[in-house]
Amino acid sequence: MTACLTAGLGLKPQHYEEALACPADGLWFEVHPENYLVAGGPRLAWLDAIRARHPISLHSVALSLAADAAPDPVHLARLKALAERIEPALVSEHLAWSTWRGAYHPDLLPFPRTGAALRRIADNVARMQDALGRRVAIENPSHYLHLDSHEWDEIDFLAELARRTGCGLLLDVNNVYVGAHNLGYAAATYLDAVPGDLVMQIHLAGHAPDPNLGRALLIDTHDAPVTDEVWALYQRVVARIGPRPTLIERDDKLPEFATLLAERDRAHALLRAPLAAAA
Amino acid sequence: MTPPAAPIDLGRFQDGFAQALLAPEPAAATGLAPEIAALARQPGFAVYRNTVMKGCIDALQANYPAVARLTGEEWFRAAAAMFARQHLPAQASLLYYGEAFAEFLARFEPAAGLPYLPGVARLDRYWTESHTASDESALAPAALAGFAPEALATLVLHPHAAARWTWFADQPIYTIWERNREASFDESEIEWRGEGALLARPQGVVRSAKLDAAGCAFLDACAAGLPLAAAAGAAREAQQDADLARLMQILLETGAFGRTSASA
Repeated sequence: MTACLTAGLGLKPQHYEEALACPADGLWFEVHPENYLVAGGPRLAWLDAIRARHPISLHSVALSLAADAAPDPVHLARLKALAERIEPALVSEHLAWSTWRGAYHPDLLPFPRTGAALRRIADNVARMQDALGRRVAIENPSHYLHLDSHEWDEIDFLAELARRTGCGLLLDVNNVYVGAHNLGYAAATYLDAVPGDLVMQIHLAGHAPDPNLGRALLIDTHDAPVTDEVWALYQRVVARIGPRPTLIERDDKLPEFATLLAERDRAHALLRAPLAAAA
Repeated sequence: MTPPAAPIDLGRFQDGFAQALLAPEPAAATGLAPEIAALARQPGFAVYRNTVMKGCIDALQANYPAVARLTGEEWFRAAAAMFARQHLPAQASLLYYGEAFAEFLARFEPAAGLPYLPGVARLDRYWTESHTASDESALAPAALAGFAPEALATLVLHPHAAARWTWFADQPIYTIWERNREASFDESEIEWRGEGALLARPQGVVRSAKLDAAGCAFLDACAAGLPLAAAAGAAREAQQDADLARLMQILLETGAFGRTSASA
């Protein structure tokens, strides 16, 4: 099913009508399932209607796979029910935690990449995949902190997680750019080391300098167009591993649908180019 | 030589990190593990603190728009930040965040001069519940026309899955809420007396209506499974001059009912 997907957009309620009607080739939409875990009503009706016309990706933000606890079984059951209803083309989550001891912290929080953490997260990813009956993609988060207690570097950790669970990767190129800038490593080196065969999906987004610290600290804000540096890194990835379904993420300072579509068309053209060259 | 420290346990890391996220001054928080205290001193720690608080406050502002319009954004966001520190979301879907917000506002000293805020917050909450409730066909306004009077008397009207109603004995909460849920230019004087409110979703859109005490008593009786004649009696008991014909018209037009059944 994913073979026909090129570039997609995050689905926003402000854009439901245009999203439904948009005929763009290869277009798909991504939603946070947490926003659709409702019994009924217009939100779900819109999602059903758009799903009837376009493939949908469920990008979960709250399963808290990197918490030292199993994912909430009630939440997981509701996610499964939504996945059965929507039949998504892709399902993904983050290498991060958010819920801990019953409290949800709406962010993607860091953790020390230790052997113990790897065992716990592999168990949690397996629970997610078993519940949904499918392979999921795990996303590399943005980084803002130096943790001295890491025992694994991130790519090795993700690759080992994939080896143990069979999961794939969601490669967020902007997160790599932001993390590399903030923590002082080379984004291109990181991206070149990602095992291409594990990558199921790619994310692109905009970032912004910290309001107080300026460019010393970049923040993954999802409130601006993708930057030229990130586009260049993306092209480098696609040239190496081939086309993958790619999402333009925009969650804040939302422009017109047409503006977002133009940005997604740029990714669409890049994804189509290698296919055209191979034909 | 000191041996290398054992890696911090994941659960203890999360306990400390979560504590530092919410601490008023994380760098000065006491009782943090040294590793967490060191993280909290890095400039990047503020990104997580800000994102968590912004996520909570944005969700409350989205879920309580009438409260936010009444208080102004700056006041609202300051109050929301205090609420969030006491009540982080208990579930991962922020659509329902703020279940305890009305109660918080009722006890919130800076809101003492705005005694209607908790009631307005309850109606904002009802809007969310109505908007996301199960789908169900609403009883059409004409559906009761074909019943003989004696059959109507024993008919049970079941409230629609998306119907929410309540009676505010002392304040015109519905009118205040309705004028502030979306921008309104109605500045006519509000009569200061008790009001009831009904929210329902007969099709894809949440609708609302002002109810009197009789209307709320009628719906309470329907929800308890009483037949129409008994519900009408409850309405008259709540309010002697109840206009039942007018009431039925409002309830049916707003989409208050789902299925019907014959009483046992």
